[in-house]
Amino acid sequence: MSEREITALSVSALCAALRQGELTATEAAKAYLCAIEEKEKTIGAYLSVTKEQALGTAAQVDRLRRSGKKLPALAGIPGAVKDNLCTEGVRTTCASRMLENYIPPYSAHVVEKLQQAGTVPLGKLNMDEFAMGSTTENSAFHPTHNPVDPMRAPGGSSGGAAAAVAAGEAAFALGSDTGGSIRQPAAFCGAVGMKPTYGTVSRYGLIAFASSLDQVGPLTRSVEDNALILSEIAGHDERDATSLSGFDTDYCRFLTLGAKGLRLALPEEYFAEGISPEVAFAVKEAAGHFRELGAEIVPCHLPALRHALPAYYVLSSAEASANLARFDGVKYGFRARGCGDLESLYLRSRTEGFGPEVRRRILLGSFVLSAGYYDAYYRKAQQARTLIIRDFARVLSTCDAILAPVAPTTAYRLGEKTGSPLEMYLGDICTVPVNLAGLPALSMPCGRDKQGLPVGMQLIGRALSEQTLYRLGYAYERG
Amino acid sequence: MAISDYEMVIGLEVHAELSTETKIFCGCPTRFGAPPNTQCCPVCMGLPGSLPVLNEKVVRLAVKAGLAMNCTIAPLSRQDRKNYFYPDLPKAYQISQYDRPLCENGWLIVETPQGEKRVGITRIHIEEDAGKLVHMEGKGTGIDCNRCGVPLIEIVSEPDMRSAAEARAYLQKLRAILLYTGVSDVRMNEGSLRCDVNLSVRRRGEQRLGERCEIKNLNSFLHVEKAIAYEFSRQAALLEEGEAILQQTRRFEPASGKTSPMRSKENADDYRYFPEPDLPPIEVTEKVLALLEKEIPVLPDARKARYRQCWQLPSYTAGRIVENRAAADLFEAAAENCRYPLLAANLLLSALLPKLTGEEEKILIAPAHLAALADMQGEGRLNSGTARRLLERIFEQDEDPAALAEREGLFQLSDETELRVLAQRVIEENAPAAADYRRGKTAALSSLMGALMRRSAGRANPQRMQEILKELL
Repeated sequence: MSEREITALSVSALCAALRQGELTATEAAKAYLCAIEEKEKTIGAYLSVTKEQALGTAAQVDRLRRSGKKLPALAGIPGAVKDNLCTEGVRTTCASRMLENYIPPYSAHVVEKLQQAGTVPLGKLNMDEFAMGSTTENSAFHPTHNPVDPMRAPGGSSGGAAAAVAAGEAAFALGSDTGGSIRQPAAFCGAVGMKPTYGTVSRYGLIAFASSLDQVGPLTRSVEDNALILSEIAGHDERDATSLSGFDTDYCRFLTLGAKGLRLALPEEYFAEGISPEVAFAVKEAAGHFRELGAEIVPCHLPALRHALPAYYVLSSAEASANLARFDGVKYGFRARGCGDLESLYLRSRTEGFGPEVRRRILLGSFVLSAGYYDAYYRKAQQARTLIIRDFARVLSTCDAILAPVAPTTAYRLGEKTGSPLEMYLGDICTVPVNLAGLPALSMPCGRDKQGLPVGMQLIGRALSEQTLYRLGYAYERG
Repeated sequence: MAISDYEMVIGLEVHAELSTETKIFCGCPTRFGAPPNTQCCPVCMGLPGSLPVLNEKVVRLAVKAGLAMNCTIAPLSRQDRKNYFYPDLPKAYQISQYDRPLCENGWLIVETPQGEKRVGITRIHIEEDAGKLVHMEGKGTGIDCNRCGVPLIEIVSEPDMRSAAEARAYLQKLRAILLYTGVSDVRMNEGSLRCDVNLSVRRRGEQRLGERCEIKNLNSFLHVEKAIAYEFSRQAALLEEGEAILQQTRRFEPASGKTSPMRSKENADDYRYFPEPDLPPIEVTEKVLALLEKEIPVLPDARKARYRQCWQLPSYTAGRIVENRAAADLFEAAAENCRYPLLAANLLLSALLPKLTGEEEKILIAPAHLAALADMQGEGRLNSGTARRLLERIFEQDEDPAALAEREGLFQLSDETELRVLAQRVIEENAPAAADYRRGKTAALSSLMGALMRRSAGRANPQRMQEILKELL
């Protein structure tokens, strides 16, 4: 098999090829490393490439396979993780100057899970600094280019993850989704991304942005691949007190059952003003397709959604202001030079170490929590969050999933939105409600606009209904 | 006006370290005195990506403290982040409890010199301790994270105390309860009990509270008393001059015994509290509550009542003994089989309590030995001084006090003939004093008695001896 053929294989096909000895893990790893070498100049998906680790792991997998040992399901599959997931001994930067040289002494739970599954670690992926942004342009190191059109942004904040998967620089990737950071880049790059139910995947070792919203999930090129990866990383972890337990983590179990008999809700608010006609059209086309597949399409209303964006920016920034307070120049990470006293050490390290978007959110978050403002902002936002949870629960009590666009538009041109933070925030309108409600949502391509850019749709389900979402997505993908 | 026209109003915030093996949010040990940064992990060091998981034992101990202090236990409470920057706080926020603490609305009865007094407990909440800054001569400042994440409870009292003595009595009662319930070891020298004093001054008879000052981080009862005394006179003097009291946080300087300002209200930190999103609410079910209630031992107040009723101990004596659980255990066991329980109590109070730190699990004296000592004293075979000395001896190395007294010849001389021979000899040796007495100088008798006690090595029965002396003279 040629390198190009190898990197075009889906995870499941690659698994089969490795198992049947059609190629070795080392060959697969080399194919991906070559692809990275070749494409990084134009894509810029990676912040670190762990070539030696990848080849070492691949060689070990091959050795074990030759010795006839039973190997874990994903043994030899090359993947990469977003650079906000801690990797023991490997630089983990959050795409920030603040952590430019930070090497964690431990690995995130999901990183351990991938190791146990035998996957081959290709490296660490670019992102918006501390996952704050929607284009990956907030990376302190370099932007990432959309493989569909290199003049376009890959979306964000898991832009590196979506681009790597779409460009064939990784068979799969892990991202994190606080307000759409897996789903929106997946949509922009034409990939599949899952934001699992809050508590499905352990957050231990994920460098926190907003703890009550963050969730790790896979980005892949197909629905089946996505289900395969989630099956490896989901499950209870006693080190994360918000981690759920007692649920089925075999996400391939009902994959092929088809869409027949399932009820899909189409919320009017998701097709209102601000959503580009081409996106709305593509998603409605998808609804039609689901109908053909035997699903029932039901119109619905989610009126509380209009509170979602402000509530999200208040709550996520408030939590971020505390989560990012530990980066103070004292213990690790960036420290400003020549500070005479503690106060200036704090002030200058944080001013120089963080980029403008991160500073903006810390200021916003500190403000909404400060004495005299808490009730007007933080408490109100929590109340709005409750309303949103109720709205979703109402619709999902009679429907199996909600079908909606992932983003109001297709991929932005690089630099298009960087001048206006507010416009950038508005782009999150479709994704943030899901995080506020803690629900799972699967983002996948549903056609292209006139410029040939991928349009994404999302299937939003009840808590812990990932199996249903994969089942729907798989049916759609198969046509 | 004079200073006596003013009264002080005191409320205390006490931080007590809980006696758990491991920290509040991770599995690191809480042992005191380990080399710096040897008892920490990514969680307690607040490394990026780490998450807290609440140690269940922390909740159980805090609830026990609440139950022992008559609090209402919240079936559902919450942890919050308290945000501030300081190098000893690795996450730059402390996980504490803000508006929904675990325990609220309790009270304690404290033993004041004027009798019993009820002091309200506003709340008890759980939180994590910070690390320790170590200033190294010429090499800057180091951070020791061993203490980071050590579990604490903060016990906040109502402003119900009116003197340093009352504050001390409150602290003593609090300490006794924490020790009784096993909630804390209360090792003062290891900083496992720390106290903030809130004090305001007003004219006697005034209902409204004055502007208060908070004196931070006092780590001994003595410092609390000194700081209160100083702060009261400082504020009263200001009021007397017609000046306003500024709401301030102050520190106590042990060397000078004075307090000095740390920061004023205008510069007060805004801690930006908000609910800790990494931790679910704390649930205390009826079932757990019932189990914990059963684990609360008989508390000092109940023991005191029993001592007064069963053994007729005076209030003060009983109160002092029950403050020390180990001493109370010893007393009870001894008193059950003793003909002179009051003497046993007094012996304990005078000879043993001053030697105890309050941290003893158990006193290594057989209860029968204490009972025997009290009985021997009661029967007149030992005088009180000898009994005290014997108790001190067997505290060092326990043995049968009767055998010890026998071996060392410490029993009182009560034999008439022996006492007469002794008295005769002393009169002869101290002829001038004897002559003085005969001339009517009764004071001379005490010098003769002194000589007599010296000659008998303290063993002579003083009452009988005096009678014999008078008779012979």
